[in-house]
Amino acid sequence: MTHAIHVEGLVKRFKGNTALDGVDLTARTGAVLGVLGPNGSGKTTTVRILATLLRPDGGRALVAGHDVVREPHAVRRLIGLTGQYAAVDEDLSGTQNLVLIARLLGFSRPDSRARAAELLDRFALSDAADRAAKTYSGGMRRRLDLAASLVGRPSLLYLDEPTTGLDPHSRNELWDVVRDLVRDGVTVLLTTQYLEEADQLADDIVVLDRGRVISEGTPDQLKTRAGSQVLQVRPVEAARLPEAARIVEAVTGAEVRSGDGAANASVSDTAVLPEVVRRLDDAGVQVAELTLRKPSLDEVFLALTGHTAEPAPAQDDPAGADHTERTHA
Amino acid sequence: MSAVNTAERSPLSAGPATAQRITPLGTVRHGALLTWRSLLKIQRNPEEVLGLTFMPLMFVALFVFVFGEAMMGDWRAYRDLITPGIISQSVIFATIGTGVALNSDIEKGIFDRFRSLPIARSAPLIGAILGDLVRYLLTVIMVVLVAMLIGYRPEGGAVGLVAATAVVMVFAFALCWLSAFMGLLLRTPMAVNIFGSIWMFPLTFASSAFVPTERMPGFMQTFAEFNPVTHVIDAMRALLEGQPAGEPLLWVAGWSVLLTAVFFPLATRAYRRRA
Repeated sequence: MTHAIHVEGLVKRFKGNTALDGVDLTARTGAVLGVLGPNGSGKTTTVRILATLLRPDGGRALVAGHDVVREPHAVRRLIGLTGQYAAVDEDLSGTQNLVLIARLLGFSRPDSRARAAELLDRFALSDAADRAAKTYSGGMRRRLDLAASLVGRPSLLYLDEPTTGLDPHSRNELWDVVRDLVRDGVTVLLTTQYLEEADQLADDIVVLDRGRVISEGTPDQLKTRAGSQVLQVRPVEAARLPEAARIVEAVTGAEVRSGDGAANASVSDTAVLPEVVRRLDDAGVQVAELTLRKPSLDEVFLALTGHTAEPAPAQDDPAGADHTERTHA
Repeated sequence: MSAVNTAERSPLSAGPATAQRITPLGTVRHGALLTWRSLLKIQRNPEEVLGLTFMPLMFVALFVFVFGEAMMGDWRAYRDLITPGIISQSVIFATIGTGVALNSDIEKGIFDRFRSLPIARSAPLIGAILGDLVRYLLTVIMVVLVAMLIGYRPEGGAVGLVAATAVVMVFAFALCWLSAFMGLLLRTPMAVNIFGSIWMFPLTFASSAFVPTERMPGFMQTFAEFNPVTHVIDAMRALLEGQPAGEPLLWVAGWSVLLTAVFFPLATRAYRRRA
């Protein structure tokens, strides 16, 4: 069978910077592949190559069996692109934006209008249909952008950091839309630097760091790989957190991360739990919460890369000649 | 499942296999649709409409009524002298907009959207340039209307007017490739604007637009007489007044061919690389 996306040894360099250093990944047809990584890890470069916007310097990328370099036109017929950069025309109205794309895709004039109206309705933009897109809110603009990428009913959708900069409400709305699309059978390639987003939407996750795949698997597999479980202890009195942390450290022998009023430590042997309870009790530290849980993706990332997945200093140069994330050397 | 066989790997260099399955007719259709987009943008942008109407009005009024009497003792005579100059200046101004618009389309990612669609690769560029030619033409019409409003009636009549318009449009079409090239090369719309002004001011002022070149000091006179804008204006003047325009026309043709020959390939190459 042919995978929706099959990438082997993809390499891309920008003026001496290696953005992609041999990336391999595969997206199953009908599933959501999450590409997770911080700024500069090569997510956008990967998407741009898969969208035929950039030429790789090495390796190959197949989209539904079509080579992106040799058969870009065949690839373009199958894909929809929504991203931090792929955009709508702000001077044009919502309807005009969608009609333009429909006409470019060969829809007749009446069909274009019908398709535009249908999509505007689906994305709750009907009321703003005739307003210039520059008057739209961030969430509305992102929805129009997504609608624009769906005009041609693509079987494969690239979502490049679709919720970056959105408020939680708009983000949840967008997540619902993505879930609907997957239900309709669309294969989705989603890049994100939000671990929660990958966890929520992706069936498979590829973790990119500095142009390399450092881990892949289902969200659960990744969590398992990065250490079995996390012990979390939250004292009633925040002032006693250092004391609680010392006890957890002494018992588990693991490095303790304190934050958000709780002490966290990776544990492989759950038998330490009673001991922790006893020692806390002896010390008179009252505990509001004591849990064993699977690690968050943030902790996974930390375990895999030695640094957290929190965004590196914001990339403030989208105007660059190549619009691409650069690797932070 | 595709076999992993290195011998099978496709060569990544672009061969003829990259040929688009887009017919020439398809390219025309896509280009026309994207031209429609450029025109919609003019219509939907109040600043654009204001720039197209107010600037010519202001330039004609200021130059004619401020400098007219001082320069020639008669604002009417000066009006007749500088109308072709103001037309050329306004259109050359407008060519900067071509580069700025291209740059901001790329920066905002709109070209990425178009390029990820199964349409002709050149269509977005064609649409941008054709849309701008309409913009240049509207500029010419506005300046002529304002000049006529204050009594401009060139000897050459409608034929002269059409011929003069054709001359400035041909030159603008050649010059817009320079602007497009800058728009594709530079990083921000602001930079394109600044670089654009750097060529626009000497080209338009150090020409026969507002004063006879004989009244300039030696070096400036040399520059002005070499300046293509001088030849554009001289040709327009001759055509507007119903005089023979052979020599300046040859110059304009030569300059236009030269500019196009240099900047069209540069711009299209930059377009393929960046857009």
